[in-house]
Amino acid sequence: MTVATSSTTTSPARPVDRRPPALGGFSTAVLGIEIRRVLRNRRTLMFTLIMPAVFFLLFGLPQRGQDLPNGQPVTAWIMISLAVYAAMVATTSAGAAVATERALGWSRQLRLTPLRPAAYVATKVATAMVLGLLGVLVEFAVGAAAGVRIPADVWLLAGLAAWLGSLVFAAFGLFVGYLAPAENVMQFMGPILAILAMFGGLFVPLEMLPHAFQQIAKFTPVYGVGQLARAPLTGDGLDWVALGNLAAWTVVFGLGAARLFRRDTTRV
Amino acid sequence: MTDIPPAVELAGLTKTFGPVTAVDGLSLRIEPGEVVAFLGPNGAGKTTTVDMLLGLARPDAGTVRVFGGTPADAVRLGRVAAVMQTGGLLKDLTVAETVRMTAHFHAQPRPVAEVLERAGIADIADRPVGKCSGGQQQRLRFALALLPDPDLMVLDEPTTGMDVEGRRDFWQAIRADARNGRTIIFATHYLDEADAYADRIVLVRQGRVVADGTTAEIKNLAAGRIVRATLPGADQAALAALPGVQAVEVRGDAVLVRTDDSDQVARHLLTRTAARDLEITSRNLEDAFLALTTDTLTAEPTQPIGV
Repeated sequence: MTVATSSTTTSPARPVDRRPPALGGFSTAVLGIEIRRVLRNRRTLMFTLIMPAVFFLLFGLPQRGQDLPNGQPVTAWIMISLAVYAAMVATTSAGAAVATERALGWSRQLRLTPLRPAAYVATKVATAMVLGLLGVLVEFAVGAAAGVRIPADVWLLAGLAAWLGSLVFAAFGLFVGYLAPAENVMQFMGPILAILAMFGGLFVPLEMLPHAFQQIAKFTPVYGVGQLARAPLTGDGLDWVALGNLAAWTVVFGLGAARLFRRDTTRV
Repeated sequence: MTDIPPAVELAGLTKTFGPVTAVDGLSLRIEPGEVVAFLGPNGAGKTTTVDMLLGLARPDAGTVRVFGGTPADAVRLGRVAAVMQTGGLLKDLTVAETVRMTAHFHAQPRPVAEVLERAGIADIADRPVGKCSGGQQQRLRFALALLPDPDLMVLDEPTTGMDVEGRRDFWQAIRADARNGRTIIFATHYLDEADAYADRIVLVRQGRVVADGTTAEIKNLAAGRIVRATLPGADQAALAALPGVQAVEVRGDAVLVRTDDSDQVARHLLTRTAARDLEITSRNLEDAFLALTTDTLTAEPTQPIGV
């Protein structure tokens, strides 16, 4: 870092006062470009925004008029579950974008710029969370438009839980992205996410499934966030098993992604 | 002025990949403002050297200093930028978006419009990268490299895969930019590129520097002729003292003289000595390049190359 201050240039025309970028090159402007990129990708929009909404119209609406034991509408239960699904697909695909960029050689190109790898990952996580929020909002909007009526605090708390809980999938996406530098990573991630969502009870209530299935489900990564997001609606209160599940998987994927990330950036 | 560090200082640089030694104790010093061609055949270790110079590869032995610091520091401060053969681009961004995004990674970037103009791609600013030709993508990489207004620009075989016109346009853009004291290093296996655009040529073979000099000096390696004769017990000193003689080598009964003035040497050998079987051969830059960069030694003495 000392080279910047000494006048180490031969010609006065060369810039002398050199400094590294603030925040390692992280900027909201780049975040904006990244979000625009994601929104331009029809495939991503299809899977993260449109599909979960269509699922709600197909599987949620027929349950109209049915109530949960506590009197809240079943459609709200389905809407919140699908909001979690939308957020998890959104954050996973945004995180897994590093796979595409590594496969294309863009990460190598970035290493010729002052951008710090940590700033790059921070941008990806932020993009994932924005896209995840969008997934939740679109699902809720479709639900509200289709007549779902629940208390305001349930909207807020369920939405926040679905959104913030999807951070675990941003980490999951990064983990996969650093594991497999493939351009088409989401093609095999789609089915995996659907299976995980099944085990997380997002498509069918776990109580309706065999007992063994329910027991296994408690250890899968979608279970925790699903339970927590629906808790404000069902009035079940804070579920410590779900919270433990979410925390454990966030740590597992977070550490896994961090480890692979470090291997990727020190590999020279 | 001696406290000004060289733009690049490579010392004993070595890099092996399994059983292959790609770079073998390479040392090189490049002063600020030089335009240097790194010339050698494919597999000579040029790209590996460039990777280490930029901090993209870590040497097994030896050191790299860029403006007195590490390559990573130089990159972070925007002092060095590069156009690589392999650097990937995002296909879904447009040319201008790619430049705009990369500009945000630098502390004090040049204006986007300016680098697009200087790289000669202002007219395709709105084209998606995926729809650009190889030459256009390469000029986009050049535009990205211009963003920090680097003190050192490294180009690794920048015109590979371009047609003749593309190569000419690309070099025109580089040449128009090579002023204000910017140091430029480019790796190439095209002799004519090295000849036309460099002030200094560093010839590499098997990971080593085999010749290093001004373009004129390197050309002189080839400009001379070889006079060969059978002359047992030749007086090497006398031959070396003849005007124009660059090198004298004795191989058994044969003597080989590399000279700018073959007539002088031939006359001397035929009139003053008992030389017979006299033979004069000339070579061009291509021959010199081949002689210096291939394993099989040709009939010429390649020894005294210290130009």
